[in-house]
Amino acid sequence: MRIFAIGKVAVRALQKNLLRTSLTMLGIIIGVGAVIAMVSIGNGAKSQIEAQIANLGQNNIMVMSGNVRRGGVGMGFGSSGTLTKEDLTSIEKEVIGLVAISPEVRSGAQVAAGNQNLQTSILGVSAEYTEIRSWPIEIGSSFSPQDVKAGNKVAIIGKTTAKQLFGEEDPVGQIIRIKNAPFVVVGQLGGKGMSMMGSDQDDVVMVPWTSAMTRLTGATTFRSLTVQATSGDALTDVQNQISELLRQRHKLQPGQDDDFMVRTQTEISDAATSTSKTMTLLLGAIASVSLLVGGIGIMNIMLVSVTERTREIGIRMAVGAKGSDIMWQFLVEAVFLSVTGGIIGIALGVGISMLLSSKMNWPTLTSSTSIGVAFAFSAAVGIFFGFYPARKAAQLDPIDALRYE
Amino acid sequence: MTPPSIIHLDSVSKTYQTGEFQVHAVRNVSLDIHAGEFVAIMGASGSGKSTMMNMLGCLDRPTSGKFLLDGIDASKLSRNKLAEIRNHKIGFVFQGFNLLARTSALENVELPMLYSRPAIPSSEQHERARKALDMVGLAQRADHHPNQLSGGQQQRVAIARALALTPALLLADEPTGNLDSRTSIEVMGVFQKLNDQGITIVMVTHELDIANYTKRVIVMRDGRVITDTPVANRLSAPEEIEKLEQEQKAIQLTS
Repeated sequence: MRIFAIGKVAVRALQKNLLRTSLTMLGIIIGVGAVIAMVSIGNGAKSQIEAQIANLGQNNIMVMSGNVRRGGVGMGFGSSGTLTKEDLTSIEKEVIGLVAISPEVRSGAQVAAGNQNLQTSILGVSAEYTEIRSWPIEIGSSFSPQDVKAGNKVAIIGKTTAKQLFGEEDPVGQIIRIKNAPFVVVGQLGGKGMSMMGSDQDDVVMVPWTSAMTRLTGATTFRSLTVQATSGDALTDVQNQISELLRQRHKLQPGQDDDFMVRTQTEISDAATSTSKTMTLLLGAIASVSLLVGGIGIMNIMLVSVTERTREIGIRMAVGAKGSDIMWQFLVEAVFLSVTGGIIGIALGVGISMLLSSKMNWPTLTSSTSIGVAFAFSAAVGIFFGFYPARKAAQLDPIDALRYE
Repeated sequence: MTPPSIIHLDSVSKTYQTGEFQVHAVRNVSLDIHAGEFVAIMGASGSGKSTMMNMLGCLDRPTSGKFLLDGIDASKLSRNKLAEIRNHKIGFVFQGFNLLARTSALENVELPMLYSRPAIPSSEQHERARKALDMVGLAQRADHHPNQLSGGQQQRVAIARALALTPALLLADEPTGNLDSRTSIEVMGVFQKLNDQGITIVMVTHELDIANYTKRVIVMRDGRVITDTPVANRLSAPEEIEKLEQEQKAIQLTS
């Protein structure tokens, strides 16, 4: 029997029981729709995290200060400052393949300008910091290396901070008071948006790290440094050089643990995306269960259908249908059910993810791979769950089938 | 010169195993049916005529013995080969018509052609199906579904289906069992007409008056052929219908 004729017979048989056909299909529609929607939510989250990490700057290496143990309890990296100013200058001088380096001295403080004031985070950095982070300056300019050397009271402010303190006014040249010390605003940063943790990165004031340490925090060591390497290929090499240098400078014996941590951006992004990958996988797996249930629904209905149509099978066999003809007929029916359900399910899934991203602002990403996989999977479900009923039909004895009431 | 054997049975037996008992449904039957014959197989229920029919129809294989259908040894063939033989050598007519419901008469007649190899193009399928319906006088009912047809018409559709692939043998299993006497005679008329055109027909029935429309009657009992005789006073369907109509007229006149 030709494929066209089989298809026609299958569609006919399914049309005869439209309600049953659509309910059976619904199982697959929901299954495929759920897989597509869940995976696009997971992928959307992943791509958002990746974008945010790329947002941190290019070819960056983070150096964090020591993992100090106090009474046997690890306090975590960054818990104590083991990185000194001398470490900074020697890294700057000795490491090859380095473009720029900047410490990050963080502190929270009350900032006031005119009659406005707000609590914001103060970041003590070097003049190159905005370049390292690929963070453009919208108005004015960054402070100069001389400002850093001299510990001048100059500041660049984030977009949110500028808006809160000055409204629509040009902030450059204005005076802000941080912990009552007056700083001159030299530039305003471009918008960077939310960080991975959900905090507003634009709510920030950047000052030379020298000024931050002497006037604001009083600390003498750094908790972290950000280094930019010349290229992505140089990252590991620069990372190793820094480790080597710091071990030397901190006089660590072989076998002794590092009292600092050097991480490249790739490592950080890998760690972050692996979490979201796991989430995608989990969501997909849960959704697959419903696809499986849909498949069992198909099998159930096909078994009922084979029993109901035993006599028809007998007639077909009597006029010359082979077992394989009967098997194809039922298999095509099952696959038609699952594939049609799959196509509608894909449309549903894509629709749901579009709705989620437009109405609820969830990041979603529907890849053609996930659509292709869902389609192939639904066809496979049809073949897998249709095979047993189809084979059962094919193995019927024509005499018994003809006698069946 | 005798015409070639369509059916040649050489000491054919069929034994079923039901539980601990062996049922000898057909015992050691030898038989020849030639092209152009019209044979009725008769017998009470349990006489083995149905088993015989299933074997002749290649739905079942004999336990022992040899069965040649149109020169092909059908006693040792696989399921698939038997299906092929059923497809192009045999046309079936059943007691319960066995038409596909919610499928037009034309498509019912096309059914065997769906399974024939090499494949028949669908335009030719339509043409052949129409021709077959025309042969049984139902050309104008081609688009009707079985539930829109009378019993006699349904049986004629079934006969058209059996004829669609011009089989060597037409097998009918109690073809008049579900029909009233007048429709039965009409169906026998169709069979006689087809037989006159040279089609070989074997029919199972338990009604003697129906068997009298055939040319040869084989009576079975306990799995054996007990008599095999030509029909002496063969009835002609058109004449019988004529008689029926006259009787009815007479009744109307007297009342």
